[in-house]
Amino acid sequence: MSETGIGAAVRRVEDKRFLTGRGKYIDDIDQRGQLYAWMLRSPHAHARINGVDTATASQAPGVVAIFTGADMAADEVGGIPCAWQIHNKDGSPMHEPPHPPLAVDKVRHVGDQVAVVIAETKAQARDAAELIAVDYDVLPAAIDMDLALADNASLVHDDVPNNLCFDWEIGDKDATEAAFAKADHVVSIDIVNNRLIPNAMEPRAAIAQYEPSNGNYTLHTTTQNPHVIRLLMGAFVLQIPEHKLRIIAPDVGGGFGSKIFHYAEEAILTWASAKVPQPIKWTAERSESFITDAHGRDHETHAELAMDKGGNFLGLRVSTKANIGAYLSTFGAAVPTYLHGTLMAGVYTTPAIYCEVKTVFTNTVPVDAYRGAGRPECTYLLERLVTKAAREIGMDPVEIRQKNMIQPDQFPYQTPVALEYDVGNYPASLDTALQASDYAGFEKRRAESESNDKRRGIGISTYIEACGIAPSAVAGALGARAGLYESAQVRVHPTGSVTVYTGSHSHGQGHETTFAQLVSESFGIPIEQVEIKHGDTGEVQFGMGTYGSRSIAVGGPAILKACNKIIDKATKIVAHILEASESDIEFKDGKFTVSGTDREMAFAEVSLAAYVPHNYPIEELEPGLDENAFYDPLNFSYPAGCHICEVEIDPETGDVDITNFTAVDDVGRVINPMIVEGQVHGGLAQGIGQALLEGCVYDDSGQLLTGSYMDYTMPRADNLPNLNVGTQSVLGASNPLEVKGVGEVGAIGSPPAVINAILDALAPLGVDDISMPATSAKVWQAIQNA
Amino acid sequence: MPTVSMTVNGKSVSAEVEPRTLLVQYLREHLGLTGTHVGCDTSQCGACVVHVNGESAKSCTILAMQVEGADVATIEGLADGDTLHPMQEAFRENHGLQCGFCTPGVVMSALDLVRTNADPSEREVREWLEGNLCRCTGYHNIVKSILAGAKAMQG
Repeated sequence: MSETGIGAAVRRVEDKRFLTGRGKYIDDIDQRGQLYAWMLRSPHAHARINGVDTATASQAPGVVAIFTGADMAADEVGGIPCAWQIHNKDGSPMHEPPHPPLAVDKVRHVGDQVAVVIAETKAQARDAAELIAVDYDVLPAAIDMDLALADNASLVHDDVPNNLCFDWEIGDKDATEAAFAKADHVVSIDIVNNRLIPNAMEPRAAIAQYEPSNGNYTLHTTTQNPHVIRLLMGAFVLQIPEHKLRIIAPDVGGGFGSKIFHYAEEAILTWASAKVPQPIKWTAERSESFITDAHGRDHETHAELAMDKGGNFLGLRVSTKANIGAYLSTFGAAVPTYLHGTLMAGVYTTPAIYCEVKTVFTNTVPVDAYRGAGRPECTYLLERLVTKAAREIGMDPVEIRQKNMIQPDQFPYQTPVALEYDVGNYPASLDTALQASDYAGFEKRRAESESNDKRRGIGISTYIEACGIAPSAVAGALGARAGLYESAQVRVHPTGSVTVYTGSHSHGQGHETTFAQLVSESFGIPIEQVEIKHGDTGEVQFGMGTYGSRSIAVGGPAILKACNKIIDKATKIVAHILEASESDIEFKDGKFTVSGTDREMAFAEVSLAAYVPHNYPIEELEPGLDENAFYDPLNFSYPAGCHICEVEIDPETGDVDITNFTAVDDVGRVINPMIVEGQVHGGLAQGIGQALLEGCVYDDSGQLLTGSYMDYTMPRADNLPNLNVGTQSVLGASNPLEVKGVGEVGAIGSPPAVINAILDALAPLGVDDISMPATSAKVWQAIQNA
Repeated sequence: MPTVSMTVNGKSVSAEVEPRTLLVQYLREHLGLTGTHVGCDTSQCGACVVHVNGESAKSCTILAMQVEGADVATIEGLADGDTLHPMQEAFRENHGLQCGFCTPGVVMSALDLVRTNADPSEREVREWLEGNLCRCTGYHNIVKSILAGAKAMQG
């Protein structure tokens, strides 16, 4: 291992600029002649728009233009598209009602855009927006999913009966019924996966610019996938060809899924920038983020597990209602289906599985992927159910898992719900976590707590997830409307330094370091010789972006592939110059040598020869050392692991103290262990936040009651414990880097570990259920009610 | 428009501003010091923390005119040329940041903690940080960084 190669805890290349205040986030950028946009948003969850009177506002100081939905409709601007098409049980496609960027006839959630005011300053735009008079007919709102599905419900979209977007299924229903028919025990559970608000610390922002002399548009936007935005907005909404539309996402301050999606503001600004035509900047205030960034989770599930006398799993039946909000967001339809139903085997050998999902339109913010996306929802129900099953049949929660786990010699393992797991060792992760958490010493600690009038509990979660969202053929068969490969360009400069252009996007993950380590390792050059470029469609050839823990698993191998092409070409150049056979050339530690001789060329000598081809095989090879690669894996990668949470609860106050949290994750090959640990820490904080603190609440009229940091409980430093994290990896089998992905494991595995621990602590008091977030008040109430 | 004058990172500055201009707007929009960030509108997230006369303050919650004549320090003024301040260096060494958006506020806040408590305990660091939100790190490495930074500053 070189000092900056694969496996080294290299300190991050990007940190110096962030630590000195020299990061460049969108709001830090200004364009000459820039105007400012303010979005007028609906205060109602559901209302018909009779008219929008902008006459007074147009005369306000500094106002340059005001546009409404009617203006965009007159220009035949398209609707915001959904990238995934799901089919109903009967084979018919899901409902895809139109999603105009600015509302035309109706507003469908609090925060829906009604008009955009463009003025010389942000304050002027905001002041003018208050002078716009909108004539609304307020309609009853559909908020609760059961009420929204009822026959007399108010319809979010007039042509979608019962607000049912689609009714989907996966698995073998008959085989599952048969498994339940022969079961000795059936355990059932009803759970809610609480709705969350992603809350990347940087609010969304954009600057759109139109150049009238050549018709080119440039949009700076806070996105995780600039090329995807170019494709969706260019082709489907504004009909701007790709060579005329450049998307730039420079430093982006966190995403967690919420910055994947194509948002209306991007299209509104880009369209308006040609009308004005001057650059227009928009930066969301946090209050706007709460009511416009896509939310996450929000599932209600009934699940049943069939077992034989010995506690062996025979069958699993799952019925979920998933809230999709007012409109289909970019990946909204994929989350409760192919990122959820396909993981229902978990790490277990359950032979028969059936899962059905009803997805419901409501008058709330669209719901889409949030860190984990579907897999936390699946893991939470499985791990709650398995733990409950153990309790009901009187078996230890460790034993029931060990008994039903897929064993290391069973790979590749075909699940009953479409996926084929490539490789893993789930019992090993469980064993390591049991030791790391001193599971054996728990009863002693419990006794100590009880002697202090506290209640102590321990909870386990053994999870699996699917990462590296790619295999294009598989994704296509599952309804994806795009391929999901990744691309890389590796450009070696004449003196041997390297610029890499990657289609992945970093918004906290540290790609500028991790990806540079791949190149450092491949070429045997120090990391200082490598620069990673991302986030600009004008620079990077193409890319599908960063989400679903796909950057290292799909973007990484693309870089590796391009590096290998460079080495192949360089080998040919060396063979020519050193007058040797290609097969005799070896490349190691940055040097090409002719085997068995002392003839050698350094990497930089070869690159110079490629650009100064005085002595060069010009008839066979083009000059230059610059290669492109597209990589599309054959399968997902499957990180897995075991999370164990130990809590101490004060029954007088309901306060839950996490005394220890242990995470043992199998993420495949680790490129930078420091960054991998950091990713797990962050995921765990979001998972623990979901379990204990965070919950999005709407009232019956569709007003968001948790619309600020005063009301929505974000985890703070003093809410969280020190985190005991480690990796125990089986090298990945689905890509040449043998990596699996690490961005989401923390958020996926942890919530059931926390809740199982709380229920373990409270079981002696008769508490057998508690919902997330398990706040002190809720825990105290559960104790009182028991 | 009234004129406001102050010292920012050791330099005297003066400008005409609308009376409603917040200190953070003055720093970012008038002085181009964009290292100080705005992450919320309820004075909760702490991305905007700067020092006013040596004490940490949320610059989104003060009008520029309120700090007339004051000595203001921002993240841009911490490093000595190319050499990071020991607290900045501790964050780099301990992976105390990911997306970097909350980082300037966290670092400025941490320095005010160390000013009043040179050798804080882990618990004291966690409690001190209640005015700073980070969504990336789970705070684990932020706490580690501040403890290491405090030690280095004693050193």
